[in-house]
Amino acid sequence: MLTLHKFANPARFMRLSSALLPWSMGLAIVLIGVGLYLGLVVAPADYQQGESVRIMFVHVPAAWMALFVYTGMAISSATGLIWKHPVADLIAKSSAPIGAAFTFIALATGSLWGQPMWGTWWVWDARLTSVLVLFFLYIGYMALWQAFDDPQRAAKACAILSLVGFVNVPIIKFSVDWWNTLHQPASVVKMGGPAIHPSMLTPLLLMALGFTAFYVAVLIVRTQHEIIARKVRAIRLAQVQS
Amino acid sequence: MTSLSEILDMGGYAVFVWPAYGIAAVIMIVLAVMSWRALVTERAILEKLEAEHGSRRNQREEVNDG
Repeated sequence: MLTLHKFANPARFMRLSSALLPWSMGLAIVLIGVGLYLGLVVAPADYQQGESVRIMFVHVPAAWMALFVYTGMAISSATGLIWKHPVADLIAKSSAPIGAAFTFIALATGSLWGQPMWGTWWVWDARLTSVLVLFFLYIGYMALWQAFDDPQRAAKACAILSLVGFVNVPIIKFSVDWWNTLHQPASVVKMGGPAIHPSMLTPLLLMALGFTAFYVAVLIVRTQHEIIARKVRAIRLAQVQS
Repeated sequence: MTSLSEILDMGGYAVFVWPAYGIAAVIMIVLAVMSWRALVTERAILEKLEAEHGSRRNQREEVNDG
């Protein structure tokens, strides 16, 4: 009975997430597909940046996701730490590689956009540097999970790391306002509404929603993997003990 | 943009635009495929263990019954 109770919550997660998985993956494919068509073919070129502005449709959503995934990771870490919710720790753990991937995409595409527009692949300005720190936070978080044999101790240490690292999220968001950066300030999420034409805003938002659906789909797959891996570990431990 | 060559050329920025999309596509596809394969492998391990566990339990019950 005790074992049943312990698995009750993950079992419910497995059931619900399995139902959600094909929908989220399908939605991601459709949204990204339409977003790519509108962004690469239909949207006009920028009057200053020319066709290079199309990098925006992958760079900006990836950068948003880098922050969004970290925020989700910090919230699930706090949930795991405070309420000892068994799935919350696993959601946080599963989010890290996805967040790291989006952060890397944001950095790489930003570099490819910086070269033709700024004349440099990289500059140590506040926005770029704080996003690089975010990437290292993700990598450090993943490395810390591997450093413990006991998953519960690992979860606790990683939760603390992710919560301490959360201070970087507002720094990234406001870095372009607080410091004099080469990176431009926000043009979509800002006071007074977006300063961007709907022909560019629509593909941007579609790509962002598509990336979010992709995150949900991969998160489900990775969290299910973690739940099953935990069961395998429990069965093996029981075998060794008997 | 209207023609395919225009889209491919990206107004002379093709060497920046296409690698940006290429990197994003490769990373996202590799991440999704690797995550899925890891899940399938782990699920197979669990099923095997549960089958073994189940058969061992059955054997034990048979012994007890006898």
